Amino acid sequence: MIEGLAALYIFMLAGFTGYEIITRVPVILHTPLMSGSNFVHGIVLVGAMIALGIAETPVEQAIGFVAVLLGAGNAVGGYVVTERMLEMFKSSDKDKNEEAR
Amino acid sequence: MSMDYLIEGSYFLAAVLFIMGLKQMSSPVTARRGILWAGAGMVLATLVTFGAPEILDSDIAVTNITLIIVAIAIGGGFAWVTGKRVAMTDMPQMIAMYNGMGGGAAATIAAVELFKATRETQLDPTGSLTIPDTLGVDVTILAILGAIIGTISFSGSIIAWAKLDGRLKRSSLLPAQHLVNAAIAAATVGFAIAIYFSNDLTPILAFFGLALVLGIFITIPVGGADMPVIISLFNALTGLAVGFEGYVLGNAAMIIAGIVVGSAGSLLTHLMAVAMNRSVSNVFFAGMGSGTPAAASGEQGEMKEIKAQDAGILMSFANQVIIIPGYGMAVAQAQHKIWELTQLLDERGVKVKFAIHPVAGRMPGHMNVLLAEAGVPYDMIYDMEDINSDFKNTTVALVIGANDVVNPSAKDDASSPLYGMPILDAIKSENVIVIKRGRGTGFSGVENPLFFTDNTRMLFGDGQKAANELIVAVKALG
Repeated sequence: MIEGLAALYIFMLAGFTGYEIITRVPVILHTPLMSGSNFVHGIVLVGAMIALGIAETPVEQAIGFVAVLLGAGNAVGGYVVTERMLEMFKSSDKDKNEEAR
Repeated sequence: MSMDYLIEGSYFLAAVLFIMGLKQMSSPVTARRGILWAGAGMVLATLVTFGAPEILDSDIAVTNITLIIVAIAIGGGFAWVTGKRVAMTDMPQMIAMYNGMGGGAAATIAAVELFKATRETQLDPTGSLTIPDTLGVDVTILAILGAIIGTISFSGSIIAWAKLDGRLKRSSLLPAQHLVNAAIAAATVGFAIAIYFSNDLTPILAFFGLALVLGIFITIPVGGADMPVIISLFNALTGLAVGFEGYVLGNAAMIIAGIVVGSAGSLLTHLMAVAMNRSVSNVFFAGMGSGTPAAASGEQGEMKEIKAQDAGILMSFANQVIIIPGYGMAVAQAQHKIWELTQLLDERGVKVKFAIHPVAGRMPGHMNVLLAEAGVPYDMIYDMEDINSDFKNTTVALVIGANDVVNPSAKDDASSPLYGMPILDAIKSENVIVIKRGRGTGFSGVENPLFFTDNTRMLFGDGQKAANELIVAVKALG
């Protein structure tokens, strides 16, 4: 478990890390990167699983069920979309024409 | 006990994979590996969570785990199918939707925690306990903060999706919308405070209801041109909400991933807003393109039409053609035809370049992705700063489905809502051909003087059809 001040340090360091990652990114990668970070916060799925796991009444279970459903949508959808987008950055010229279907 | 170490260790590894994955995604060379790494982290974290003691120790563990699996199958299955099926052109709204789902998940986690805490608090015989007595002050505050942010991100992202997908056209709801929003925001905060000092379900329900409405009301007046900024902002907000709920659950992977995305997303939002010469608060409160087009000077003279045949001839004998794609090209799916046209012109010895405005389309980089899909090599694609000086040496600037990004009033009309936004100087080239579906204004709702200048010709029609006609025209020359 993470509590109090230790969490505050994590918040701060994670904040700087995110900032550092984005500086000096070429414009062409802005959309894929937004999509990629959208996937990364799909980790909310893990929290949703725990929320449903600790639910004790039908109402809590119902809300937890929605949480997992939405979280899974975020994680899976974020991955599929990002992967498809980045697939086009494969190599430069050669195999591109075949890929364009 | 050893299970604890396995789980905590896996979360740690997942956090490392997320950060390194994002880092790799910030360079075109390693970007593909980045998403694979982050994906591996996600799979690992998800799998070990099934062994979490909180889940296994429950009296109804079997039921809950079954529900978890069913929910993952439904939510994940839906996202898998929609994500695989969606056309490249519709990517921005899908990102908005998946992001909204993440925000909703964060908010519902908070809801479960608050419902549970309320029930446990009410068990106290004296009836004087409040939610913070059960959850702790810090956890209660962050749960509520994460809930409000996540809920707004959820309903706001769904509205953004509906607007981009063309399902929602209106951009105003009520008179004095901003005042109404302020009132709802104040009421939401009021109920948030009420949650803190009570052990009752009513303020919780009212709080979530109001936050949902707030997200909708905030997003509806936002103009289409500002959508990328909004989606990016909601992405950052979801990250923040996930980080806060991570604290509530004592989950380090959620805190790190959430906050990293929160700060990276905030910076990305800022970069996009700067590219459009707008501030983030401006996007929310100015309501550019919110129904009342700033028809400052009205129409300026006549638009002059050109036939595809003539346009084709003009381009065939040009020294240099610069193609400026915009969202209209994405809608018309015209990128493949445009690439075919480019190759034909290239064979005739015409120099062809693509000019991409930082915010062309619905997101920065949107046009690059589409052109890459069609097979256009990178060395033909130029950023705004690199190509603007080149328009004066250009015979034809072909504008396809772009409008605001070539609007000269951004430079010379201080009363224009676009004023100050950097634009592509298409107007400086010898001839400008604009492929456009109709005579309407761009997404900002601002009239474009470029369309009325002497060297501009309009080629009306759907982007793909027009590109096809140009191909026929160029081919006919043999």
